[in-house]
Amino acid sequence: MLRLPPLQLLQPTSLDEALGLLALHGASARLIAGGTDLLPNLKLGPARPEVLISLQRVAGFEGVRVSADGGFDIGAGTRLQDLAEDAEVRARAPALAAAASVVASPQIRAMATLGGNLCVDTRCRYINQSELFRDALGGCLKSHGSECHVVPGGQGCVAALSSDTAPALIALQGVAVIVGPAGERRVAIVELYDTDGLAHVRLQPGEILWRVEVPMLAPGSAAVHRKWAIRKAIDFSLVSVAVRLDREPAGTRALVGGVVAVAVLGPRPRVLDLRTYAGRSVDEALARELGQLAFDRCKTLPNVPFDPVYRRERLAVEVRRAVMSLA
Amino acid sequence: MSGGRGVALIDLSINGEATSVAAPSHWTLLELLRYKLGLTGTHQGCDKGDCGTCTVRVEGRAVLSCLTLAQSAQGRAVSTVEGLGSGARPHPLQAAFDRCGAAQCGFCTPGMLMSAAAWLDKIASAADPDLSDEAIAHVIGGNLCRCTGYTKIVQAIGEAAREVRAGGVATAVGAAATATAPTAASEGAVSLRPTSARVGGRHGKIDAMAPMVGEARYTDDLVLPRMLHGKILRSPHAHARIVSIDTAAAAALPGVHGVITGADLPKTYGIIPWTQDESALCVDKVRYIGDAVAAVAAESEDIALQALRLIRVAYEPLPALTTPAESMANPDVRIHERNKDGNVSKRVELAFGDVDAALAGAALLVEGDYRFHGSTHGALEPHCALGHVDAGGILTVWSATQVPHYLHRALARVLGLSPRQIRVIQPPVGGAFGGKSEPFDLEFCAAKLAMLTGRPVKFLYTREEVFFAHRGRHPFDMQYRTGFSADGQILGVDARSVLDGGAYSSFGLVTTYYSGQLLGAPYILPSYRFDSVRMYTNKPACGPKRGHGSVQPRFAFEVQLDKAAATLGIDPIALRRRNALPPGGRTVNEFHIGSSGFLQCLDEVERASEWRSRKGKLPRGRGLGVAGSTYISGTNYCIYPTELPQSGVQICLDRSGRVRVFAGTSDIGQGSSTMLATITADELGVALEDVRVLAADSDLCPVDLGAYSSRITLMAGNACLQAARDLGAKVREAAAVQLECAPRDVVLADRLATRIDDPARSMPIAEAFIAAEVRFGTLGSTGSYQSPREAVHGDYRGGTIGASPAYSFTAHVAEVEVDEETGEVRVIAIWCAHDCGKALSPVLVEGQIEGSVYMGFGEAVMEEHEAMPSGLRADGGRRLPGPGMAGLLQASSLLDYRMPTAPDTPRIEAIIVEAPDARGPHGAKEAGEGPLHSAIPAIANAIYDAVGVRIDDLPLTPQKVLAALRARRPA
Ligand SMILES: Cc1cc2nc3c(=O)[nH]c(=O)nc-3n(C[C@H](O)[C@H](O)[C@H](O)COP(=O)(O)OP(=O)(O)OC[C@H]3O[C@@H](n4cnc5c(N)ncnc54)[C@H](O)[C@@H]3O)c2cc1C
Ligand code: SF4
Ligand code: FES
Ligand code: FES
Repeated sequence: MLRLPPLQLLQPTSLDEALGLLALHGASARLIAGGTDLLPNLKLGPARPEVLISLQRVAGFEGVRVSADGGFDIGAGTRLQDLAEDAEVRARAPALAAAASVVASPQIRAMATLGGNLCVDTRCRYINQSELFRDALGGCLKSHGSECHVVPGGQGCVAALSSDTAPALIALQGVAVIVGPAGERRVAIVELYDTDGLAHVRLQPGEILWRVEVPMLAPGSAAVHRKWAIRKAIDFSLVSVAVRLDREPAGTRALVGGVVAVAVLGPRPRVLDLRTYAGRSVDEALARELGQLAFDRCKTLPNVPFDPVYRRERLAVEVRRAVMSLA
Repeated sequence: MSGGRGVALIDLSINGEATSVAAPSHWTLLELLRYKLGLTGTHQGCDKGDCGTCTVRVEGRAVLSCLTLAQSAQGRAVSTVEGLGSGARPHPLQAAFDRCGAAQCGFCTPGMLMSAAAWLDKIASAADPDLSDEAIAHVIGGNLCRCTGYTKIVQAIGEAAREVRAGGVATAVGAAATATAPTAASEGAVSLRPTSARVGGRHGKIDAMAPMVGEARYTDDLVLPRMLHGKILRSPHAHARIVSIDTAAAAALPGVHGVITGADLPKTYGIIPWTQDESALCVDKVRYIGDAVAAVAAESEDIALQALRLIRVAYEPLPALTTPAESMANPDVRIHERNKDGNVSKRVELAFGDVDAALAGAALLVEGDYRFHGSTHGALEPHCALGHVDAGGILTVWSATQVPHYLHRALARVLGLSPRQIRVIQPPVGGAFGGKSEPFDLEFCAAKLAMLTGRPVKFLYTREEVFFAHRGRHPFDMQYRTGFSADGQILGVDARSVLDGGAYSSFGLVTTYYSGQLLGAPYILPSYRFDSVRMYTNKPACGPKRGHGSVQPRFAFEVQLDKAAATLGIDPIALRRRNALPPGGRTVNEFHIGSSGFLQCLDEVERASEWRSRKGKLPRGRGLGVAGSTYISGTNYCIYPTELPQSGVQICLDRSGRVRVFAGTSDIGQGSSTMLATITADELGVALEDVRVLAADSDLCPVDLGAYSSRITLMAGNACLQAARDLGAKVREAAAVQLECAPRDVVLADRLATRIDDPARSMPIAEAFIAAEVRFGTLGSTGSYQSPREAVHGDYRGGTIGASPAYSFTAHVAEVEVDEETGEVRVIAIWCAHDCGKALSPVLVEGQIEGSVYMGFGEAVMEEHEAMPSGLRADGGRRLPGPGMAGLLQASSLLDYRMPTAPDTPRIEAIIVEAPDARGPHGAKEAGEGPLHSAIPAIANAIYDAVGVRIDDLPLTPQKVLAALRARRPA
């Protein structure tokens, strides 16, 4: 079978204990929540952390609470299955429930956490491979090599952020609540990611993504998430996009603003602001324009295993259909 | 609670029992269950989250044990299939799976059951749960099955769910408590097992329950005392000379007991005696990325892997040839230096009749270029082999193989032993489909290292290694020209094919013949010519995948027919009927066809799909397509020249009324043991469960050549029938004395010997057996099968290859919906009518049809086993760098190699057609491969019907459909 590196698993039961262990072990440690992303990656390498700090038993890590403003306060340890099945979330943040419900497979959703999904490692056809494959290739920037095979001559790793909840939470204006040695800080999910595929999540050493706040959408606003992959289960997304449209709550129902948030491009989702379309009515013509906008502004790369040209066209279709589903 | 480095002590509840166990701290729950606790009912198919085979329940939730650290199960309640129910007291799901025939190889089954059980607990008391097939498909969306097409699994889960809800059966919520408690309903289900089996009865597999309760022992489930673990060092070069190998550091590593290289096993082997071009470990050259270079046996896989990293190999890289075109253009870069003709692995040119005249005189000439891509078997059980030399000096090799007899011979050859010194045992196999039909490196390495170390040695492939071993479907480039008369009669066929063979010959000689020879039916071809050439390339070797060698030409030809029908304005089914070869006919290449239910197959799919009322009348974007095909029921000749029988069966009767059947046959999930039991039970009047089949052990069983070319039912079935009839005659003779009648008036059925003219007069079958033993002595008999000696084929060179004792026939209709905006093809339903001669066990035949259709569907629309080519590559218009990339597999995991999940799979309707063949046992012919063929062209033809574009280049991906739609649209 595939082998995990020798490791020590620590299972703290409180947040303070977890933070303490993280501070103690520093760079030799990695956090593990559901483990559905970390363990396959460790089995294939190249990372070999000596210590894994499990968050599974940390009190208060899991759970969906309705917050005072009517939005949600979701523990980062909440399993995707629970999120997808939560009646309140389904009713009032259907885009998030939908995004959670299309991740991987039922078993993985029963294990995977929201925090892990947001912090999921970037993916690339040249890195999510065996040691033999990477050796044959001579490695790449993300392993022991010196060049990127996706963008030859490129200076940085452009592996894809393949999280499905990230675009949904960007559209929903979610906020990550991060705790660390310096206390608690709040970062809009839209600001959580960097363009470096080797270190794309803006977490400082010693920090834990603790909760995710999802504000209640303004009246007239609605969001939707769409995923496209070849298979209806197991597959990572080849297109993952969320659209939020803010409209006049009554009367003309004209567009006021909104966003299109697109993942599975590079390490960072692309976010398109729709305020310039204010005043437009939400119809087929707008849907087509926004599809075209996504096509023009989002460059798909041959990083994940599917024809990037088609993925880009497919993205345009998915955006159009997303908009129409909100019309 | 916290684990130290090294070993962790874990307290947890397993199936309701508090357990305390120590395990290495980097082990997963899967390893803990399998290798520490002996709970080998939980299987491994990928070890990284891609297949669901390892599903167990933790605190009630169905989760992946391969992605759960053993230590994180501390204090948790874990339940496995061993705790679900037992043979005597099955869980409603187990009973339903058994009843419906939902388990074939059984390898995915435990995981399926655990996913389904978690859902069942959830819906047991829900207000208004969705019990639709679609909802159930999503429940098992994370569990791949390669055998069943999910059809009977979804059905079984649905039945269990309805039963649980109707009966209010408590299946105890939560893991720990999960029902070993039997239920009234499930006990009722068990009694549905027939006490007497007749041929043609609706029974399941005799051994279906074993994997469902975790009792089946697949090869990797076997553990011997002092067993070592082996690992193989593989080449990172697609093509290179081995300059030197230094194993000293590896051999010196503590815990390492043996290291071998090509020098230790230099003797070549190969499944075809004329093309033995492989060695267990490469001797002087490596020929693809993944080729085996050295092997290590050590106390653990961890140490073995560490040792591999210490082996120093100096390579001299050679240019990598990754396509047939490159191999043709570079004959001087020889992949096999001793090969006579550059990189040509095999060429076959045969002509029958005057094709040029026929095409010149044709009213319509259809010409087309077709490409059939590579695909692989994807059996969920990775290859595994265990070698052991016992005190008597006998080498035993247990292997997940489908050809134990050929393995036996190859081991003797390569190890320099007499076959007498070797015993080969094939444990239950978790799917094969042709991917385990020749010897592989790991079997020789396990044997050799067991001999060298004096300890048992086990090798288990990783999933990536399974992709290296490959032997999957050959990519074909085909040019077809077919001439038709104005009324749609086929006049002549001219076919040229280039086969991409990969690095070794494998079955390639046969594949190259099959690529042309198997096209002769089900239609009359007045003239026919083919020219096929197989090229070596620096990629994993291609070989036989379900429908060996004939699936690719069938695709091209059936699309050709469809094009002709469209041009001539003839209904595609009518055109096929018009050309059908009658039963008893002779093909243009001189194969003698026996029975044929081909016309009936066409009738059946026409009826079932409501073709007449719907074809051409469906809404835009929807379409129906048809195709037909034929396949062999075994080949007339053994792979090596011999006059010996192709199959032998021995049967012994027991005084208790039990029957033992010894056969060399390989049950790889298809149910060959059940086939033997059915024939035996039918003949001797016992119940299925009274027959014990002991198969595929070279010490116990007469030889059978193996599970390939769909040969077992016809060949071993005949041998079995002969042996059973012999004993039946004795039993009747002895019973006749007591029943005071003539032996021919004694009927053996329902565990009784009965007078046919006076059913009141009967005796228990066990007493009849005893009477026979008193009269004849110990009761045993043998039967053997030898293919027909009279000419059933032409006597031209190659005329025997592809000739079969009997041919099966198939027709498919596919219904698709094409999204014209995205190019995506949704296959809605596939109807498949298959003439298997006689369905000895209809449930199993349906299972074979469903699984075949599924596999054809998968490769038609999404699966692709391709390596990255060297040099230029159009990938988003960009040049991919480096020779390092040449020959790397694009998809070598169950994540990237996309096998359809349950929600992807269309509705499959299996229709059995029976045209009994005089050469088959009870008239039976094959059912395991034929029903795959025409599924693929039926889908392609349906796309044309739906949106008017032809995709002649498989797979039928959305980008190709979209491009074709755009090309057609006026600018
Ligand atoms: C076959 C397969 C298919 C998949 N398909 C999809 C898919 O379709 N869509 C998708 O989005 N994902 C997919 N995944 C990836 C993964 O399963 C999910 O992203 C999952 O949500 C990860 O969550 P986890 O809790 O298991 O993360 P883990 O594996 O535990 O952690 C992932 C990463 O996040 C870090 N981390 C986890 N929690 C925290 C935290 N609270 N604070 C800081 N860092 C943290 C870990 O250190 C690690 O680096 C798939 C995985 C597999 C194996
Ligand atoms: S994007 Fe480039 S650097 Fe990053 S993983 Fe892929 S090949 Fe390596
Ligand atoms: S073995 Fe665990 S998912 Fe494949
Ligand atoms: S029965 Fe499902 S994989 Fe064989």
